Amino acid sequence: MKGILICGEWKDEKITSVSKELITIGKKLRDALNQCLDFLLIGEDLGRAAEEAASLGVDKVFKVEGPKYSELHPERLVGIITAVCRKTEPSIIILGQTDMGRDIAPRLAAKLGAGVCLDCVDLAFDEASTLMQTKPVYGGNALAQWASADDRPQVVTMRPRSEHPAEPDPSHKGKVESFPISFDEKHNRSQLIDTTITEDKGIKLEEAKVIVAGGGGIGGGEGFVLVQELANALGAALGTTRVPSDENWMPKSLEIGQTGHVVSPSLYIAVGISGAPQHLAGCSNSKTFVAINKDPEAPIFNTADFGIVGDYREILPALIEKLKALRE
Amino acid sequence: MNIIVCVKQIQDPEIPVSKFRLDADGKKVIPPEGIPPVINPYDEQAVELALRIKEQHGGQITILTIGDDSTTRMVKHALAMGADEGIILIDKAFDGSDSFGKAYILSQAIRKIGAYDLILCGRQAADWDEGMVGTILAENLELPLITLVESVEFNDGRWRVKRVILDGHQIFDVPPQVVLTISHELGPPRLPSGWGIITASKKKIPAWDARFIQAEPARCGAGASRKKLVKLVIPKRERQCEMIEGDKPEEAAGRLAKKMREVGVL
Repeated sequence: MKGILICGEWKDEKITSVSKELITIGKKLRDALNQCLDFLLIGEDLGRAAEEAASLGVDKVFKVEGPKYSELHPERLVGIITAVCRKTEPSIIILGQTDMGRDIAPRLAAKLGAGVCLDCVDLAFDEASTLMQTKPVYGGNALAQWASADDRPQVVTMRPRSEHPAEPDPSHKGKVESFPISFDEKHNRSQLIDTTITEDKGIKLEEAKVIVAGGGGIGGGEGFVLVQELANALGAALGTTRVPSDENWMPKSLEIGQTGHVVSPSLYIAVGISGAPQHLAGCSNSKTFVAINKDPEAPIFNTADFGIVGDYREILPALIEKLKALRE
Repeated sequence: MNIIVCVKQIQDPEIPVSKFRLDADGKKVIPPEGIPPVINPYDEQAVELALRIKEQHGGQITILTIGDDSTTRMVKHALAMGADEGIILIDKAFDGSDSFGKAYILSQAIRKIGAYDLILCGRQAADWDEGMVGTILAENLELPLITLVESVEFNDGRWRVKRVILDGHQIFDVPPQVVLTISHELGPPRLPSGWGIITASKKKIPAWDARFIQAEPARCGAGASRKKLVKLVIPKRERQCEMIEGDKPEEAAGRLAKKMREVGVL
């Protein structure tokens, strides 16, 4: 049992930003342990993605390619990852807290007899080289630090935006290897019939420099027209908290927080958002945070840099006007 | 259709942040005074799904929880919603179990129950936010698993399951005997009816111990835990909020726009 394995993700022949963040934390752990850092990719036509991963400073990139391997099919993916782990015997296995990671990490740990901690925001070793895992609990009201048992491998998932994405490292070029395993579809008890992605016409939340988000205080779908107008005036992406998505005022795909997107824009404007820790879990790393809320006691003001107490129906039109004036 | 729903009692997750307290050792959350514990909201939605399935296809719903005497109230809540039976798993040997220990205890109890088709759990408990017990349970019982379920349909002896992903959803086809973890997209759970409360109050809720479910003490409890809690802290909110005021909305908005330009975010 030795070394660190990252279960990477890719899209459009590129390594995802979250997976690059995993490489950053993986390198820190490698330097502390002085062991190898490997990166696993599963899918079809992985050539370019694998070369990119190799350029980011990992030691080896394992490619597992096969038909339908690009699908988000947990049963197949965990079968493949388990087989790779049984052969390479890593002591630490890192995934992102993504659609893939949050589903697969506990399955993998159960199959490997490993320890597991999901949704970590920090990983470090103590003096005895025990892996310490910091994870928000109670919806973000508290941070827990866990120590894993040394006699088992440890599976962890990292919350997106907990580290900077790794940059290319010309001094440490990794080696790409095809890993000769395949998944026997006989073992598949669940059949994936269809995957539907809601195509956002707007800017992707994770990539947005500016985000305007509305919460339960908006009061209904109609109010979001005004929130969208502010977003348009700023060239910003639109987001929501859980209330507008639970109430079907807005699509679920815009939700920011513990059960939605995790973002870190330069500017975050929270409108009619009370500031539940479950929402802040997705946006508290924003550089500048603005809160507009009619309740002066709303906890959102404890996490904001600038706040306005008032009715968004009055503040937003005025703000849109001022922004237009500034632009001209 | 025999449905088992695994539920957990937790501290009310909706308490105001100001009432959230830790003990001096930084190892435990102090229960807020005067606010009773509740059924984990995701588990309550799993009960709701079980009731919807029963309405369509008939069957029997059993509520299963690891707890103590105080857990009876929560189980009665699920029975009042319309579930048929409840079982509480109580033993000192269970105290301090991690997700693996809890999943082991639940799977031993489910083996004891014997006849079941569907096992439902909430996607995660809103206290430790681990989201693992349902998954480990499926591994222990060697059953297929779909996580983050929004809705299900039963056709020709198979489940068609809609699963939530970040930017959309997936549809899976699975056999009748399966573990599902339920996400909040399912929608709000029903309130108990008056008649439900009356019938639930009369029901006996058996308590099963480690010996009864043949749970080995070495595989549950604090000693079997695969990770140890080192400390618990309340995160610091490091920002100082500058409140922007104005006699009219236009004034406040104008000052805010200026501020945003000063800090260079426009």
